[in-house]
Amino acid sequence: MTAEHMSARRAPLLEARGLTRHYHLSRGLLRGTALVRALDGVSFSLAPSQTLAVVGESGCGKSTLARQVTMIETPTAGALLLDGADVAHADRAQRKRLRPQVQMVFQNPYASLNPRRTVGALLEEPLVIHRGGAASDRRAQALAMMEKVGLRREHYGRYPHMFSGGQRQRIAVARALMLGPRLVVADEPISALDVSIQAQVLNLLLDLQQELGIAYLFIAHNLQVVRHIADTVMVMYLGKAVEQGPKAAIFAQPLHPYTQALLASTPSLERARRTRATVVAAEPPSPLESRTGCAFRARCPRAVDRCAEEIPQPRTIGSITVACHRADE
Amino acid sequence: MASGSASAQPHASLVEIANLRVDFGPPARPIVAVEGVDLTIEPGEIVGLVGESGSGKSVTALALMNLIDDPGRVRADRMAFAGRDLLAASASERRSIAGRGIGMIFQDPLTSLDPCYTVGYQLDEALRLSGNREERTNAAARRDRALALLREVEIAEPVARLRAYPHQLSGGMAQRVMIAIALVGRPQLLIADEPTTALDVTVQAQVLALLTRLRREHTMAILLITHDLAVVAETADRVVVMYAGQVMETGEVPAIFERPRHPYTQALLDALPEHNVDRARLRTIPGVVPGAFDRPAGCLLAPRCSYAAARCFATRPALAGDAARAVRCHFPLASANADPNDRRAHV
Repeated sequence: MTAEHMSARRAPLLEARGLTRHYHLSRGLLRGTALVRALDGVSFSLAPSQTLAVVGESGCGKSTLARQVTMIETPTAGALLLDGADVAHADRAQRKRLRPQVQMVFQNPYASLNPRRTVGALLEEPLVIHRGGAASDRRAQALAMMEKVGLRREHYGRYPHMFSGGQRQRIAVARALMLGPRLVVADEPISALDVSIQAQVLNLLLDLQQELGIAYLFIAHNLQVVRHIADTVMVMYLGKAVEQGPKAAIFAQPLHPYTQALLASTPSLERARRTRATVVAAEPPSPLESRTGCAFRARCPRAVDRCAEEIPQPRTIGSITVACHRADE
Repeated sequence: MASGSASAQPHASLVEIANLRVDFGPPARPIVAVEGVDLTIEPGEIVGLVGESGSGKSVTALALMNLIDDPGRVRADRMAFAGRDLLAASASERRSIAGRGIGMIFQDPLTSLDPCYTVGYQLDEALRLSGNREERTNAAARRDRALALLREVEIAEPVARLRAYPHQLSGGMAQRVMIAIALVGRPQLLIADEPTTALDVTVQAQVLALLTRLRREHTMAILLITHDLAVVAETADRVVVMYAGQVMETGEVPAIFERPRHPYTQALLDALPEHNVDRARLRTIPGVVPGAFDRPAGCLLAPRCSYAAARCFATRPALAGDAARAVRCHFPLASANADPNDRRAHV
């Protein structure tokens, strides 16, 4: 608890204020376009060497968030500050300068590594693009990084298909770290791996964080994993952050009914929790539908009339920020 | 669970598989997918089949469904479903046993449904093939049954959904349609191969609750294939743990989770974040699952097992015990030392 409070006082490495990304979707000839509010006014901050876990179901906007943070896309509105520099309104040259600080690890290491390039070439490519320098230097850096993530020297000339899933994810992590980023966006980095391998990769990520002081924006749907790795948690639903706060507070006493539903739906090995609590009905509505009021109200067991009329604004209760009319009842 | 009233009928289990072996490739150098697999399922029982990728979970289910084609070879000492010997049955008999008696659903419902046909058409097609006599001949009866099935799987507005194409369904709804199609033949066994892996966690909870209700109301057994131990802990009556093509341990829930007797089961549980609360590092299983060609001569787990002794590298242990609790290990963990608060650390 105290460590979390201390970290909150440190200057944030990454800060989002009202971050918004809308897409215009063609609905077909003569039917015009629809507006998808994939990311709708999300604010959060992430301190150096900390892990922010972003949790939510499909369509909640977590991958859209990753695309804004990694500067693959430009936000529609709002501010995104990396170490105080505005990423959202940066020009091409500035973005190129900022990009090495933010790198990404993807979900599926079977798809994220070019099968026609050796491990060495994969690791050196970011250096070729951003740093240049002598080939022998790049090779030395690649070999050093391979050792850090638990790959052997002889793996340098091998191709991705010669590796298991866990080792491929080590290669992907090594590639993300080649430029010495301060922030790594990890989009479901272990959900494609087997259980015994998941533990190895999670340990690797935590070791690297301790050694190199990297911050993680960790996108995950598995709350047991989040509970292990996160410092702070942000729960998203249909483009909005419905609840965020320190991990301990969120897991001990979640305030938003959606967070409560997620926790109740998460399977557990414990005997006490094995009898399932109330299961939330239905599925997230399409992000295409226009909405008034709270996006979760159709599935919410505690919804009242006010939830249909008024969009709940984020407010602070204790150490948690929550967007729910009934959170303090 | 016990076949108490079955004294007149010695084989009352719904599914009985003994010493199953499935291999592929050239006979001189076969790739063995599963070997020595024993599996029994009682009527109305939910059996969780867990294991990592390549452990042979799906191949075991496909062998039971008679879906292993050339060049795959299936051998077993015994393979029976509802008292009928599948090994002695002709190909067409096996098709009809599996087609009506066993339903199957898969991980990704949207790739299992045909995108070109409506939900109604696909249900109708299944009813023409696997419905009862009336349903096979009478279109109105098929439509009634299709609507009843959609209601059964809790799909809202079933009449409208009959006209929907798969792309108009959400993931959870598509999986419900798959379950409805699997129920067409009024199966005694539903094989669910990673049925909730592609679904969101709140939808996963709904689908698992649906499967549990169907089991209760129809006394339908379910073989739940998954890599998610927590899903099994909440849903299954009994668990079969597979590793590299062999059954390592079987046992009832919750005993197998609270007192695992095979080091692999224990190591799998210990690798989960839930068993590492307040630990900086997760306990891991060193190394990787051996491939089909580099399986060790002794116990398959020996190179990765922290308890392995010389005997483990020399001879492969047999599966010892009965369906309620069986372990394939020379030195099974004593019940005492598997107390959750007193686990030996795996490094």
